[in-house]
Amino acid sequence: MLKRTAMYEEHKRLGGRLIDFGGWELPVQYTGVMDEHLACRNAVGLFDVSHMGEVHVEGTASEAFVNYLVSNDCVKLNIKQALYTEMCNHRGGIVDDLLVYRRAKDRFFLVVNASNSDKDFAHMKKIETEFTQKNPNAGSLSVTNESSKYTQIAVQGRHAEAIVQTMTKTPLSPIKYYWFDEGTVLNGIPAIIARTGYTGEDGFELYVAWDKGPEVWRACLEAGAKYGIKPIGLGARDTLRLEMKFPLYGHELSDETNPYAAGVGWVVKPNKGTDFVGREAVLKAKEKGLPYHSVGLKLLERGIPRQGYGIYTADGKTKVGEVTSGTQSPSLGIAIAIANIAIPQSSVGTKLTVDIRGTKVPAEVTPTPFYKRPY
Amino acid sequence: MSFPNNYKYTKDHEWALVEGNTVTVGVTAHAASALGDIVYVELPEVGRTLKHGETFGVVESIKAVSDLYSPISGKVTASNAALVNEPAMINQDPHGKAWMVKMELTDASTLNNLMDAAAYNQFVATLK
Repeated sequence: MLKRTAMYEEHKRLGGRLIDFGGWELPVQYTGVMDEHLACRNAVGLFDVSHMGEVHVEGTASEAFVNYLVSNDCVKLNIKQALYTEMCNHRGGIVDDLLVYRRAKDRFFLVVNASNSDKDFAHMKKIETEFTQKNPNAGSLSVTNESSKYTQIAVQGRHAEAIVQTMTKTPLSPIKYYWFDEGTVLNGIPAIIARTGYTGEDGFELYVAWDKGPEVWRACLEAGAKYGIKPIGLGARDTLRLEMKFPLYGHELSDETNPYAAGVGWVVKPNKGTDFVGREAVLKAKEKGLPYHSVGLKLLERGIPRQGYGIYTADGKTKVGEVTSGTQSPSLGIAIAIANIAIPQSSVGTKLTVDIRGTKVPAEVTPTPFYKRPY
Repeated sequence: MSFPNNYKYTKDHEWALVEGNTVTVGVTAHAASALGDIVYVELPEVGRTLKHGETFGVVESIKAVSDLYSPISGKVTASNAALVNEPAMINQDPHGKAWMVKMELTDASTLNNLMDAAAYNQFVATLK
């Protein structure tokens, strides 16, 4: 039996084409990937991301624990600030990527990928035990899986602020990118209102009680109508993140992937002053020499690169890598890919080829993000 | 969704319009809708000989790659170049402007493999 979010009936009513996504019955599209993608880029899009996992970490030891759990530096994180980070295993691979929101000095809110949330939570509990054994006097700590209690709705696009502002008294314009506030939406529904998202657009993510989801969802559609808001399915969610070269677990990230190779070395802080899970292994692998870098590619001729397709030198003779995500870019009208490429061939401007069903199609390593928003 | 009565159909969702010895081939509205926004098409060169069921090209939506299978055995006499430049036509007019190839039938017995519109309608209904 597939799990459903609180918005299941809304998705059906809106004509969403429902699929199994990591055990969740969610719309891959409503009207079409292209249409939805462009609506988000040029106006505003509404996403049901309630399948994401939410974890509460609380207690006097919570800061030290979260900082041990993830690669980024959470000590520097202010109250009402969020950060993107990786959570590594002891082998130096990536268990998942996640957002860490600091709600108070001793209260953190962690948001992980839906398809990983059980694995992630088990990992967190294991690390909690390890942390408590290593630091018996660290203080109080509770790590609880609260996923089933939250509806998460993302409003993404240039009109997101105007729309969400009609639903809350919390002033939104002072909230900077990757900051949040806690207030209410509509008639006093408590909400975390965060200026975060995974589309490359300005926008907000709203966390409300699970059962309040449908009314918040409908209110967003209503308030967004005059801006041309559209509900956005998983298909466009993927192409939007891909145009930004935002990594996705199962594509760019895996339990075996080194964060430096995956292009997320910027959220690894080995000198943050305290140890974290995977630190030694991540650094050792980097010193030994990484097998590849994750880079952006654009195709120079017709064709669409797909995950798993081989990348070869310009003469097509030597294999130098593999596509991890690829699509026809709806915003740019060209085929783009994120690919793991052997480091000598991974610099911007390098001419390569992609093996598309036996034909070696010319491609070039290109700067990323592929898309930059014009406002 | 309606399927022209004068066309024949395959279980792989190609249609074939048989006019004498010439067979025009495309994909059905059902296929186009199931695939979503089509952004890439690969079609065979004129002169290529195809057997019934043989792969003759590829259509790709943003999310997926799908092979095209020849509904009959024959020789390609025309390939719709306009479609290659405007793949979205497959979503807009799958049974008309978005024809893919015209073929000269070389084995009339391969026509027996095809469904008529009523049978295809029934077949599509079972896919829900």
